[in-house]
Amino acid sequence: MAVKYGMLVDETRCTGCRGCQVACKQWNDLPGEVTRNRGSYTNPPALSAKTWNLIRYVETETNGKAGFYFLKHACMHCEKPSCASVCPVGALYKTPEGPVVYDDTKCIGCRYCMVACPFEIPTFDWHKGLLDQALIRKCNMCVDRVSNGLIPACAKTCPAKAITFGERDKLIAQAEAQIRKSPDKYVNRVYGKDEVGGTSILYLSAIPFDQLGLPKLGTTPVTALSEQVMEYTLPFAGAWGATLAGLALFFRLRNRGAEHAAKEKEKSS
Amino acid sequence: MTILNRLRISPGVLILFALMALGALIAVARYLFGIGAISNLNDAYPWGMWISFDLLCGVALAAGAFTTATAVYIVGLERFRPILRPAILTGFLGYLMVIVALMVDLGRPERIWHLIIHWNPHSVMFEVGWCVMLYTTVLALEFSPMVFERFGWKLPLKIIHRITIVLVILGTLLSTLHQSSLGSLFLATPGKVNPLWFSALLPLYFFLTAVAVGPAMVIVESHISARVLKRGLETDLLGDLAKAIPPVLGVYLVLKVIDLTVSGKWAFAFRDGMSVLFWIEIIGFVILPMVLFMRSKVRQNAQSSFGAGLLVVGGVVLNRLNVSLIGWNRSSDALYFPHWMEFAITLSIIAAGVVAYGLVAKYLPLFSPHHVASPAE
Repeated sequence: MAVKYGMLVDETRCTGCRGCQVACKQWNDLPGEVTRNRGSYTNPPALSAKTWNLIRYVETETNGKAGFYFLKHACMHCEKPSCASVCPVGALYKTPEGPVVYDDTKCIGCRYCMVACPFEIPTFDWHKGLLDQALIRKCNMCVDRVSNGLIPACAKTCPAKAITFGERDKLIAQAEAQIRKSPDKYVNRVYGKDEVGGTSILYLSAIPFDQLGLPKLGTTPVTALSEQVMEYTLPFAGAWGATLAGLALFFRLRNRGAEHAAKEKEKSS
Repeated sequence: MTILNRLRISPGVLILFALMALGALIAVARYLFGIGAISNLNDAYPWGMWISFDLLCGVALAAGAFTTATAVYIVGLERFRPILRPAILTGFLGYLMVIVALMVDLGRPERIWHLIIHWNPHSVMFEVGWCVMLYTTVLALEFSPMVFERFGWKLPLKIIHRITIVLVILGTLLSTLHQSSLGSLFLATPGKVNPLWFSALLPLYFFLTAVAVGPAMVIVESHISARVLKRGLETDLLGDLAKAIPPVLGVYLVLKVIDLTVSGKWAFAFRDGMSVLFWIEIIGFVILPMVLFMRSKVRQNAQSSFGAGLLVVGGVVLNRLNVSLIGWNRSSDALYFPHWMEFAITLSIIAAGVVAYGLVAKYLPLFSPHHVASPAE
């Protein structure tokens, strides 16, 4: 079996230098964005087709103390990715190595992946016409680097060593060891270990994860219900089709019987 | 106005053609510069009015075709035959309009055929796509006798005649799957649909409301076409048809109440703006039309049955918007309200549908089918 990779992001180490944000643009050849001051250091304000990895600056209060925190915001590479589950043409899929990747030759642009992603990650080329070939864009964990023995550009560039690339299982063990070692420094939980069935990207944080901007999610994949319904669909269609045919036959025979009876009555009278 | 008079074009028709031309121009801009150039859709709101209204409401409002065909061919209620053809036409045009809207809304419309060769059976959208393709084909075949009759093509007419019952069963099956699967689409977004509307029963709710709006749409559309095309109205027949609406809405209402009680969600019904919309939907657009259609005075009166029918139609529209757009939860504070060009696209597609309906009514045997053609004989 292939080694399953992941990344551990220790947000207590992040200095908010945006080196990973720039490295991502560099490696993936993504253009810059024209932005304006919106009263936050987060810049550009959100992920987009041109920005697949974003440092979000979080000013918040914990236990009555104001604090300044950072969140590396990019695709979580779920173990059971909802984007892949809902894609009608199977353009998005999970590789055995961990990255959730995108076959841009299949996509029809329905954007159901964007609707279904619990982390609101996939973005779309809103300003590309037919000739420019609009596509869904998101972090692919530098699958082209990883498959050639390199580590993702963001992890490679991080000067604070906040991003560790490695085997997912070992990263979880490492993160839990870190929490045990310095329980005062961290929230006692590894975000991504169990969320929506587990994610390849794992977070350690000093403040509760929802305050950091990560959504509160259960441990089952969000698509569990829709996949179940899809499994019942074909048997249901068979049964319902047979029922409809049976009903059509039943009513036809009954109506014919009624007509016949009416005619008989006419004759006898 | 003299030129218009000479061309025999009424101002109404002129407005329809102007809307279509505007829509075509905007579509060109969309294909040149992208969806972002003509809409307010964004990464926080990847689906907007086109999906919520044109697709979700469009498909629901096309349900009159399958409900009427089921009544006539499967249950054998022959007396509804006079309204069958307009109902089939409305359904067929409805689906064609949905496809046109998709050709604007899809990011890569030129690849829509990928649905046929690339499969992902886990995806509800896969089912939706196949249902659109197959049911549109079925509707085209159900519509085809009107064309064959017009041109007196006996052989194809005979063939369609032979397979009609199979087509109708297939159409009812596909409609059941399609209407419900549009609800299933939102099963994959548990945290994003407002709790008052999110439920494992969404597919059933979408199906039931479609079954209720089918006859309501036939009633509304018959009234409009009777007035515009200056033909008689089948008041008795439509009154009979309306009898089907209250029980379906009743089942929907009971399920909804049980569902909210079992899942303990009533608190959400007394909380915010969405709670208000919930009560408007339930009282104004479910209970009210249900009570109205239960009274024979309402059913047999042209004006009041038109009004009650409009309530059912409005209720389905409000429901689909509440599920997919108004009640949509995002973590970001991004907002969405449709761009005027989004409205223009939607209006232009409706205009095209109205024109197509008018053309069929004028040139094809829509209201008085010749008996040779009625496939049930």
